[in-house]
Formats: sequence, C-alpha cells, structure tokens
Amino acid sequence: MLTFILKRLGLAVLVAFTVSFISFTLLFLAGDPAAALAGETASGEDIEAISKLYGFDRPMLIQYGDWLFSALRGDFGESYYFRLPVASLIFERLGVTMTLGVCGISFALLTAVPLGVAAAIRPNSIIDRVALFLSVAGQAMPSFWFGLILIVLFAIKLGWLPPSGASSPAHFIMPTIVLGYYAMPAIMRLTRAGMLDVLSSDYIRTARAKGAPEGRILFRHALRNAIIPVVSLAAVQMGFMLGGSIVVESIFALHGAGYLAWESIARNDLPTVQALILVFSMFYIVFTFLADVLNAWLDPRMRSS
Amino acid sequence: MSDTSTTDSLLQEITGPTPGQMLRKRVFGHQGLLFGGIVLAILLFIAIFAPLLAPHDPYAQSLMTRMQPPVFLGGDWEHPLGTDHLGRDYLSRLIYGARVSLMIGAVAALISGVIGTAMGVAAGYFGGRVDMVVTFLINVRLAMPVVLVALAVVAILGGSLQVVIVVLGLLLWDRFAVVMRASTLQVRGREYVAAARAIGASTPRVILSEIMPNIANNLIVVVTLEMAHAILLEAALSFLGLGVQPPTPSWGLMVSEGKNMMLFEPWMVLIPGAVLFLLVLAINLMGDGLRDVTAPENRS
Amino acid sequence: MEKPLLSVRNLTIDIPVGGGTLHAVRGIDFDLNRGETLCIVGESGSGKSLTSLALMGLLGKNIDRSADRMEFDGTELTTASPRTMRALRGDRMSMIFQEPMTSLNPAYTIGDQLIEALRLHKSVSREAARARATELLEKVGITAAASRLSQYPHQLSGGLRQRVMIAMALMCEPELIIADEPTTALDVTIQAQILRLLHDLGQEMNMAMILITHDLGVVARVADKVAVMYAGELVETGSAVDVFNSPSHPYTRGLLRCIPLPGKTARGSTLGTIPGIVPSLVGDIEGCAFRTRCPHAVAACHQDIPLQGRPEHAFRCVHEDGKRHDEEVIA
Repeated sequence: MLTFILKRLGLAVLVAFTVSFISFTLLFLAGDPAAALAGETASGEDIEAISKLYGFDRPMLIQYGDWLFSALRGDFGESYYFRLPVASLIFERLGVTMTLGVCGISFALLTAVPLGVAAAIRPNSIIDRVALFLSVAGQAMPSFWFGLILIVLFAIKLGWLPPSGASSPAHFIMPTIVLGYYAMPAIMRLTRAGMLDVLSSDYIRTARAKGAPEGRILFRHALRNAIIPVVSLAAVQMGFMLGGSIVVESIFALHGAGYLAWESIARNDLPTVQALILVFSMFYIVFTFLADVLNAWLDPRMRSS
Repeated sequence: MSDTSTTDSLLQEITGPTPGQMLRKRVFGHQGLLFGGIVLAILLFIAIFAPLLAPHDPYAQSLMTRMQPPVFLGGDWEHPLGTDHLGRDYLSRLIYGARVSLMIGAVAALISGVIGTAMGVAAGYFGGRVDMVVTFLINVRLAMPVVLVALAVVAILGGSLQVVIVVLGLLLWDRFAVVMRASTLQVRGREYVAAARAIGASTPRVILSEIMPNIANNLIVVVTLEMAHAILLEAALSFLGLGVQPPTPSWGLMVSEGKNMMLFEPWMVLIPGAVLFLLVLAINLMGDGLRDVTAPENRS
Repeated sequence: MEKPLLSVRNLTIDIPVGGGTLHAVRGIDFDLNRGETLCIVGESGSGKSLTSLALMGLLGKNIDRSADRMEFDGTELTTASPRTMRALRGDRMSMIFQEPMTSLNPAYTIGDQLIEALRLHKSVSREAARARATELLEKVGITAAASRLSQYPHQLSGGLRQRVMIAMALMCEPELIIADEPTTALDVTIQAQILRLLHDLGQEMNMAMILITHDLGVVARVADKVAVMYAGELVETGSAVDVFNSPSHPYTRGLLRCIPLPGKTARGSTLGTIPGIVPSLVGDIEGCAFRTRCPHAVAACHQDIPLQGRPEHAFRCVHEDGKRHDEEVIA
C-alpha cells in the first residue's frame, strides 16, 4: 500500500509540473506582457523599459524556472489589474469556490446515490425510468441555461431565493444545484450499475441465507461494495466542478476563484490566469489522488496487496 | 431466375434472419435511438438548408423593429419569434445558429477524434513506453481545467468560429484516447489478431483490418459524446463572451444577449437554450442507442 | 415413530421463460427425520438446487413455488411470512452453497461475517460471538482460528473459504443444514475432507442434512437416505443401502453402471453411459420424462406413471420391477 501511495504521489507531482509548464507556455505566447502592463497609451520605449525591468526579455525557460520557484514558495507574482499579490487574491476568493464545490458534490451524491439504489432495486420500474430520464436530460442541459431558468423561476417569478450574491446560505442554494446537477447522471448510473451487479452476486445470497433483513443487506452488504467506484468518480467530478464554477459564479455573481478567472481572462491579467490554472489543476490532482487512496482503502483486496 | 428467389426465402427460413435484418430490427425497436436520430436529422436538415428556411437575413439589423415580441405574445408573423435588441429576426438567427452548433460539434469531434484515437490505439497496441507516455499525457490533459484553458486561449487568439473549433478539437481528445486504448487492449489479445500477425501482415494492416473494425462501435459512441460535449462547451464559452463573437448567431451567444432582458422577455433566454438542450439530448440518445444496438453481446 | 423434522409433499417450481413455462420441479415428496442425512442426486438441470432454494425461501420473485405441504418442525413454510422465514434462515435451517470463492462478502472480515450470522438471531455480546466463532473455526479444522477472524476472504483458499461457510452455517446450531454441491468447486483431495467434516459434525450436533450432489461416490459415503432426481421428478427414493443394493428405476441403474466399482468392474470393460439428453421441460410434459433414453420403455410410458415399491423404497415406473419383459410392446 505504501509503495502504491508513493508511486501515485510521484506521478501526481510530475503531472502538476507538466501542467504548470504547459499553461505557462500557452500564456507566454499570449503576446507581450510588457505591453499589457504598460497599458494602451504606452510608447515603444516605455514597453521596452518595462520589459527589461520585469525580465520579459529573457528566454522562456528561464522565465518559467523563475516563476516556478517563486510559485513553490507561494509567490505567484502581482496581478496586472489589481496590483496586488496574486496569491492573496486567489486565497481570498477560494473559500467561496470551495464551499460551492463541496455543496455541489454533496447535492449530487445525496440525490444520485439514493436514486441509483432505488432504480437498481426495481429495474425497469417507474422509478428506474424516471432516474434514467433525469440522467439523460441532466447530461444534455447547458448549465448556464439551467441557472438562468432557476433564477427566472425562483428569484424573479416566485421570489423565494436571492438571485445573486453570497451573503447567506440561501444564496448558495441555486448555485449548488446548478453546479451539482451535472455530476448527478454519471454518479446515478454508476451506482445503479454497481448495485445491479452486486445484488446478483453470491455473497448477497449468503447474507439472505443467514436471515439478514433486506435493509441490512441493501446497505451493509450491497452498497458497501457498490459504492467503491462511486467514491472515485465523485472525487473526479469534484475536480471538474472547479472548472464548472466559472460559469456558475459568473451567473450568480459569486465572487469566488472562478469569477476571478473569468474577469482576469477578460482583462488579460496573465499572472492571475497562470496561477489559477495551476491552482485548479492542483486541486484536481489532489482530489484524484485522494480518490485513488480512498478507493484502495475501501477495497480490502487492494489494501493488502 | 425465380428459382433463386424461392431458394433464397427457403434458405432464410432455415437459417434465420441475416445480421443486417437483425440490426435493422434492433435499430427501429430502440426508442432512444430513433428519437435521437430523427431529431438530429431534422436539425441537420435545418442547418443545411438554412438559407432556404430562414425568413430573413440573420445579420440584418433594423433599429425600427427592435425587441418585437414573438407571435404567441402579441407579435406578427413577419417575425414569428420576434426580434432581438438590434432588430434582427430571431427565428432566422435561431436557424442559422444550428449551423454553428452542428459545425462546431462535428469538426471539433473530428479533430479530437483523430488525435485521441491515434494516441489510444498506439498506446493499446504497442504498449510499453508508448503506453506510458500516452497515459501520462492523458493524465496531464485531465488535470487541466478545460473551461479555463479554453477561455484563456480563445481570449489570446481572439474569438471566432475557427479558433473555437480548433481549440476544442485540441482539448477534447482525452476520452477518445482512454476508450480507444482500453478497446485496443481488449482486442489485441484476440486470436484473429494473432492469426493476422502469424501470416505476416504488417502492423498498419493489422491495425486497420483487424483492430479498427472491432473497436469501431466504441468509437462511434465516443464521437457522439464528444460532439455533445463540444457543442455545450462552445455554448458556454460564447455565453461568457469568450467564444464565438457577435454578430455570428451562436445559440450560446443568443442566451447571453437575452440575459439582460430576461426579466421582461424570458423567451429570449428560454428558446435558444431549449434548442441547445434538444440537440444535445438527441445526440446523447443516439450515442446511447448506438452503444446498446452495436454492443458485441448483441451480435449473433 | 417420531414425526419428521421436514415433510414435503408435491413441491412444484415453475419458471416463466420466453416460450412458455419451464416446469423445473414437478411435484416431489420426501421426508427427513432429525439427525438424518438425505442426499438428493441428479444431473445438472434436474431441479435439485432449485429444490433447496425453495425450502429456504430463496427463490427469485418471478419463480412460482407451490406445495401441498412443506412443513419444518410444525411451521408451514409455504405460508410463512417473510419475517418468519428470516428468523428461521441461518438460525434453525442453514445453507451452504457451491461456490466458496464468491460466497463471502469481500469487504468484511471473516470474523465480522461469522459474528453477524450469530447476532442476527441471538442477542449475545460481541465477545461471546467472537468466542463461538473461534470455537467453530477450530471445529471445522482451521488452524490459528483466532487470527483468522481478522482476515479477509480474499486471503483464504477455496477449501478454507468453504470451511468458513460451514462454520458460518453452524453458528446458531441449526437443526437442518442444506448443502448444495459443497465440494464440487474444490480439489478432489479436499472434497473428501470437507465431506467427512460435514458428516462428523452432523452426527455430533444431531443435525439433519440435505446434501445435494451429482456424485454417487459422495452419496455412498454419507447418505442415510437417497432421493434420485431426474427432470424435475424424484424417480427413486429410499435408504442408501436399499437404493445402492437394489436400484429399481432404470435411471438409477444407469447411473450406477457409470461408476467403476472396485472388485466388481472387470478390467478393460466399458463403463456404462446413458444415451440421449434431458428433455425440455418447457410446456406440458406427458408421462415419464426418461422414456426417450430408457431401454425398458413401452407404450404405457406416455401415460401417468404409478409409484411402485413400498414407502421406504419407492420408485416411479410402469414396470413393477423397473424392467421390461418380452411380452410387452416396445414403445
């Protein structure tokens, strides 16, 4: 198990470095950062001066190395727009995004898992068809459209929920739903398939032969085994949610890291964008790493090998 | 000559239906596949014949006829779905928008399909270091926040249909690679592959004639999935203002444009989103249906 | 005469299939006394496994089970509520299955699963349950029993897992244990050990046992009573001694001819076979299902077949002694 963890960790680190390199390269091709810094009215000489000052005239690899070493110490440079350290900018806003992400995945799990279990218990019944329909519809729905519909319905027409902002838990209800619904179909299908598979296995028959009540069989025996791949999937989806947060945060005016990303891109604020790409991918890497470890731990067969 | 037809039908009785007949029966029996296929065909038709179907030029602005309501809310049949904030006919823009979405879906899926399949098949067939490299690249790609990267690159290069297509094509190859790699691994160990190699078939030939036909059904399913994915992503990018730029009629852009007037004219947000939903639903249903119908277990 | 522990009359199992109804078990009768071992013998598809599942109430929802009587120590199983059945299962009647490799839950330790078997029915402390589990593991011949409790199923071999299954079935000291081909999936060398174990435990704990098998050698070793099953019917029942020494039904005789008997089978001679295949049991079946393969078949075999012999050794055949005599017309 330990070697497994170490190997995975090594791989994760390597992936992180590669992502940082690629994102740095991409934005290096963005055009002249000195011009962006200088502003629109700057002259050619001003731009050159800035270039020398910030070291933009050095070879790319050296600039990358510089950036990387600073990043490892937590220094992501200064935002072109805010003139503040990028690290603190991101850090301030990360709370909102993380809260949204956790709520989103919880919502997805709390709706999709029971639905999947119910569908598996009675395959081809009404509840199974409803579950499958929801999953197909959910995958086809554009998230921004869904968000706008919810706003029109619940905030404008019915006035039950606030349309934007982040000042109370109620503000997070619609954004959570919009962020989480996209993960539901995959989780529901996996739970359903896993449960169907497990429920027809021999050890479930043994549990019945022991006289165990159906409820116990369903949860302690069946779900305990079927949930293992779902945990992995949930962690992966959680990683994706950070990307999805851009749309959700912009629609609901939640000032999180996703919103910052959108604004920074629109403003050509390169250091911030670079840092955000790295931060988002780090989260994904961490989540999938945790998912692998959790997966191995939940399955005794993998634990002791 | 009539003899052969009677012997044919006699033969049929003895040997049962042909694989082609069975396939046709399964296809028409599958509701999802039928529904998805028909809707997709309709939308394709609309996209191809847009110039003939659209009542007006989607780019023609007219400040005089701005913000007219659709026919069912008091407007007239001149503009059945009303006009937008620049006086352009909504229905025409909607019709032309089908072109944008379908083109993006198809071409982006094609590009990413070629990249991903090449990588996946190579990894699955050759194994070893090739596999290690490809798997590593897939992990890197999966770690990158696609929306963020796509936004950034499009912002740099400037938003346009071509840029969006290429960017999406270069980003969405991961599932192709994963699925094709898994399928190739599965098929590689089969006897007919070993047989082909035993008679001295060259590597490209083995890949093309033995492996590809057997993983083609998985490929088709992933193509539909990634088409849907590309369409949704473009819509999201355009909605955020960093995808296709106005005045091109993209459904995502139309939702964005309608957002400001959502309170009083909700249809401007509802309709383009609804057709997007319909298109993606149709593609997903087709993909699911194709997977059910061409699953190896269903082959006789 | 003591009342039988288990009494079955006219057990019928029907399964709806694509082309109609599969009559898997077609009206079987048998009794089982306390401490007795009954072996149900038959080939694959004869319905023997379904019979055992029917007794335990473990048949799927779409399978149709009916019987005139299926009485276990005074409780009528056909009308018992699910709750009653759950109380019986694992406590007073236990079952062990054919595939030890997949019959244990991979996510829990052996100890957890053994303890659960006991605590589902009796309120005892975890320590007491652990102690009993250890005791039973030792009884089934597993060494280092206490440390085994914290092991997971995948860490044990097939033979060990089957022993664990047996221990689990015994946790509540059941009065009846049903073993469905418990040794078929195991190595030949282990088969003998497991069978010996089951037999000895049965004697020691005065347990009635129904052992389902297709292996006549197994039957000879452990059976008190034998029931021969073919195509959903019991074609011959009786004590093991009677059935082996004077097999009456043509099918039983055919089965016995297939086994080489030390001392009796001549060297170089051909072992017997029963030509033909089991008929389809979908749709209505007339007369004797064995007639297509029986060397003694006559025209009367198309009609209802009477029960011949005496209650202690009965068989279904039109012929009083199970053999055709020359005056009769060949079917």
